[in-house]
Amino acid sequence: MSDPRFAELRGRFRRFTFPMTVLFLAWFAAYVLLSAYARDFMAVRVFGHINVALLLGLGQFASTFLIAGLYARFARRSLDPLAAELRGEGSR
Amino acid sequence: MTIALFLLFVAGTLGITIWASRSNRTAADFYTGGRAFSPVQNGLAIGGDYMSAASFLGIAGIIAFTGYDGFLYSIGFLVAWLVALLLVAEPLRNSGRFTMGDVLAARMRQRPVRTAAGVSTIVVSIFYLVAQMVGAASVVSLLLGVTGDAAKIWVIAGVGLLMIFYVTVGGMKGTTWVQIVKACLLMGGAALMTVLVLAKFDFNLSDLLGAAAAKSGKGEAFLQPGLKYGATDAWSKLDLISLGFALVLGTAGLPHILVRFYTVPTARAARRSVVWAIGLIGAFYLMTLVLGFGAAALVGGAAIKKADPSGNTAATRLAEVLGGGAGTTGGSIMLAFIAAVAFATILAVVAGLTLASSSSFAHDLYANVFRRGGAPARDAAQKEADDKGEVKVARLSAVVIGAVSIVLSIFARDLNVAFLVALAFAIAASANLPAIGFSLFWRKFNTRGATTGIYAGLVAAIGVVALSPICWGGASSTKPAVKLTATQAAECGVPANSAKVGNPTALFSCTAVAPIPLDNPGLVSIPVGFLAAAAGTLLTRRRSDEDTYDAFEVRSLVGSDAR
Repeated sequence: MSDPRFAELRGRFRRFTFPMTVLFLAWFAAYVLLSAYARDFMAVRVFGHINVALLLGLGQFASTFLIAGLYARFARRSLDPLAAELRGEGSR
Repeated sequence: MTIALFLLFVAGTLGITIWASRSNRTAADFYTGGRAFSPVQNGLAIGGDYMSAASFLGIAGIIAFTGYDGFLYSIGFLVAWLVALLLVAEPLRNSGRFTMGDVLAARMRQRPVRTAAGVSTIVVSIFYLVAQMVGAASVVSLLLGVTGDAAKIWVIAGVGLLMIFYVTVGGMKGTTWVQIVKACLLMGGAALMTVLVLAKFDFNLSDLLGAAAAKSGKGEAFLQPGLKYGATDAWSKLDLISLGFALVLGTAGLPHILVRFYTVPTARAARRSVVWAIGLIGAFYLMTLVLGFGAAALVGGAAIKKADPSGNTAATRLAEVLGGGAGTTGGSIMLAFIAAVAFATILAVVAGLTLASSSSFAHDLYANVFRRGGAPARDAAQKEADDKGEVKVARLSAVVIGAVSIVLSIFARDLNVAFLVALAFAIAASANLPAIGFSLFWRKFNTRGATTGIYAGLVAAIGVVALSPICWGGASSTKPAVKLTATQAAECGVPANSAKVGNPTALFSCTAVAPIPLDNPGLVSIPVGFLAAAAGTLLTRRRSDEDTYDAFEVRSLVGSDAR
């Protein structure tokens, strides 16, 4: 389809998902590499028995929930209306 | 008591399956439950499909024994869902109908890509099935308190027959409802235990961790990475990285997960069901953290290990203690309840795997490769007959795949097959993910690239494991010699004081040194899969059909009549 609106839809989708994928994979890789090679740092106690390793691990959970939420909102606002518009014309 | 709850669950799910079978008519009903599930239902079913006994019992056990290192699994299993959410679920829903092979075939030559997709789907599913069923055999016999070889065989056969029944009679609809019921039971059971554990420590996580560290006898090291993934040598650290990436990249390539995206009416519903699944699965893994450390603090690693060295009973022992302890009424009720939840968990996962692999056999291999050489139907009447025949073949192949898994599991019942789960994830990441990802997003990707990538990823993953310490247990600098028990020494055929054995549970030989000292193949096989897919594409003269890709891309992003 040479429709410029499709190019716009694809651009929006890729501009969000590709960098976000690189970001969370890099953040996960950083976490795994720290677990393997920076054990002294991971062992630092922040408060009570809670150490850096546990906080970073819980941080992975938090970032996963956050990215899922951000993507759901982005898709609902920026992708769905445009896709619906294109779909409406396709079926006519 | 435990047996009564087991039977109650079995009776309930059999009822659901028979109820679901009444509306099972067309191929779409069988493969996708008529695409009529809501996002919440599908989100629960995804959770039910994904959260296996390995993650409930296994992770709780690993944390109870080695502390923090068990948490790494939970994180990998969860973060993986972002790959599925951002890149795979919606385009896959838009561009395929029933299987992973559909997506590849939509823009490439049917027969070679469907054959490759079918082969890898079936291999991944059977490995995963054998791991689950052998695990089920030891877990269920422990939970029921029966021992001996005959009990194991009966449990494997029983689980296998039940899963064949769910799939052949209930199709996707019946299987999905079994998974929804299981997900609710599992979340409820885990939440109850989590609250009870935290209540014992006045809802202070730090106190719980402190108690677990103190009781483990390893002090603060119990709360830090490194107890399982050896602190000293370089290979064990690479193994950890290898495992992490196989988990994160494998999930979005697991066949039984991929087929779940087809059970909802639209791409938007697929997205919302993955968001639900992320919420559920995330909450669940946070709870396993509390349960694992709770088992370490309240039961103690040593006591768990004495009852069962695999650690699979950590969660159920914890349940007993939380209910009031062994011998009390509360203790036995809690134990029975959590054991029944674990049993439900196993059944729902194996049913999902059987369904995914039999769908792929019937739809990819039979309907589009073998029958009439994959030629399409001439007219509507023939198409309807084709649909009927295809569903018949799907049911038949569920029986065959189920039977094969039962037989393989019975042969493997005494082997340590936990590695098969990691291997299934590694194959999914190395063979399936490159093919799916490049199909969806790379215009130049072609048939040769897809088949090369799938076969190379598959062979690389299996090959690395075949050369690893899982198969060859000789002592080396990376696998220091272990102290052998009398039984182990006899099995390995060495004197009890031998220093030649690094892994007494090796499959082939305890004394030959493994050529590749990695247990997890992902670090090697994932790059091999992606590079082979890219190389296959670029080195062949046949160009991809770029016009087909343009139409495919529009469909994958915009969605259309994919009903």
